Amino acid sequence: MSTHAMHEAEIGSPPPLAEPRPERNRLITVPFVLAVFAVIALGAVSLFTGVYDIWGREDGRDMFFITRVPRTIALMLTGAAMAMTGLIMHLVTRNKMVEPTTTGTTEWAGLGLLAAYLLVPGPTLVMRMTGAIVFSFVGTMIFFLFLRHVRLRSSLIVPITGMMLGAVVSAFSTFMTLRFNMSQVIENWFIGSFAPVQAGRYEHLWIIVAVTLITFLYANRLTIAGLGEDVATALGLHYHRLILLANALVAVCVGVVAAVIGNIPFLGLIVPNIVSMIRGDDLRSNLPWVCLTGMGTITLCDIVARVVIMPFEVPVSLILGTLGAAVFILILLRQRRSGRVR
Amino acid sequence: MITLQNVRKTYGGEVRIGPLNIEIPKAGITSLIGPNGAGKSTMLLMIGRLLKMDEGRIRVANMDIARSKSNDIAKILTILRQENHFITRLTVRQLVGFGRFPYSKGRLTKEDEAIISKYIDFFGLTDLEHRFLDELSGGQRQRAYVAMVLCQETEYVLLDEPLNNLDIARAVQMMEHLRRAADELGRTIVVVLHDINFAARYSDRICAMKNGQIAAFGTVDEIMRPDLLTDIFETRIEIIDGPYGKLAVY
Repeated sequence: MSTHAMHEAEIGSPPPLAEPRPERNRLITVPFVLAVFAVIALGAVSLFTGVYDIWGREDGRDMFFITRVPRTIALMLTGAAMAMTGLIMHLVTRNKMVEPTTTGTTEWAGLGLLAAYLLVPGPTLVMRMTGAIVFSFVGTMIFFLFLRHVRLRSSLIVPITGMMLGAVVSAFSTFMTLRFNMSQVIENWFIGSFAPVQAGRYEHLWIIVAVTLITFLYANRLTIAGLGEDVATALGLHYHRLILLANALVAVCVGVVAAVIGNIPFLGLIVPNIVSMIRGDDLRSNLPWVCLTGMGTITLCDIVARVVIMPFEVPVSLILGTLGAAVFILILLRQRRSGRVR
Repeated sequence: MITLQNVRKTYGGEVRIGPLNIEIPKAGITSLIGPNGAGKSTMLLMIGRLLKMDEGRIRVANMDIARSKSNDIAKILTILRQENHFITRLTVRQLVGFGRFPYSKGRLTKEDEAIISKYIDFFGLTDLEHRFLDELSGGQRQRAYVAMVLCQETEYVLLDEPLNNLDIARAVQMMEHLRRAADELGRTIVVVLHDINFAARYSDRICAMKNGQIAAFGTVDEIMRPDLLTDIFETRIEIIDGPYGKLAVY
């Protein structure tokens, strides 16, 4: 109080200080608690969805902890990661259509996986992950630099350009797989599925918790970066460092998920857009919501994927792709109505 | 005081700005006027460290702009560019609150909240404070951005064409707000304006620029002279005495 009072004395007689009317975006609200319970319920459903009879069989209990629990945890972590990635990219590129699938980031991650297999025969998971992260980082950087130089601000051209870039990278990957006889790798990656998840194969996904915490710490800075370089600089921030940080956060999420699970499309498009329509673009207050909605959405999709052709299952990326396409069109129509598509 | 010493900037070998030498005193409103391409915005952006100068030195309140930490500068000087902002879905209050960032780093204290409320009220945005920016009119949004910049509570406030895209009523309202910010809050405001008469009516000093040089700098009466303005704008300009002071007629 004292510094402010002094400041006021210096600059004469300002209008009387208004009563503080804080906009406390309180996290623990009734809807949030309900959402938490909904996600927990979905998690429970996920735990008990499957063909193997975990109650009847003798080793049911073991199977439960070897496959069901890891799968559900993997779903939650991946859902949070991909939704958060989308949110960060929306802010930084100022475009609601941008997410790893529409910027080529995912394809770069795939190429990174492939590079790991080419450089080291029989690479460990950590090597594959590193390859995916490094390539995602480079790929996203290329996309950001491209955006910067061409100054594309039309909301449609940006994702189209990104997808074209992705297609080029993907074509190169395909060529390499054919050339080096590794189509298995890229195929497994392309159809992102949680079916192979089991104890001992998914634990690296916990890295996502660290990324989420860092994102939360830098949430206000990233939101300011979303207001543009000029505003960020005027507020004393280093815009370019923030962009690098955002890029790194995105690359780690996409890379880890690509190496452990595979391609998870459109989650970063669906979730942040829905949250933004209701709650706006403030990253800090939205992050818990985005993570939660991401978890719920992907778990629901995975349950559908497991149930739809029981006793077999389809890859969750198929369900997400379908849902994502629908939401993509919905956003397009909405923006057109409000005249924001130029 | 803002001091420029031999500041130069070259764009692609063709356009040369400077050498600029000027001392803009503390307090009041200083307007930068001049034809397009005269270097008004360039000068403003260089003072606000949004554009790097090629040569020279800029000091604001004895702080070297090129050498000081960005966050320290953000406590004495702020700058807002003309409206081409991407429309983020933030509420007015959230946006204005970011003006406190150099102090609070996002953890708003009670005092911060009070300051935010003060500037929201000051700009007549009280009823709109929980509305999203994309639900506002262009003029309201512009006011919200200026409120954010003032909420930074810096001694020096630089605004690049704050009247762009505003109709007459909104433009007058904006200038009244800035006048009050200068008089009541003691801010030093530097604005780029296109309309000479707005500059004459609301400024304390005018800096006229032409061809990348400072052509004249002085009080309103010193600059509002027919020969000088005719020369700067290369158009015949007469000065008459209006009800609120001198008026340029062209």
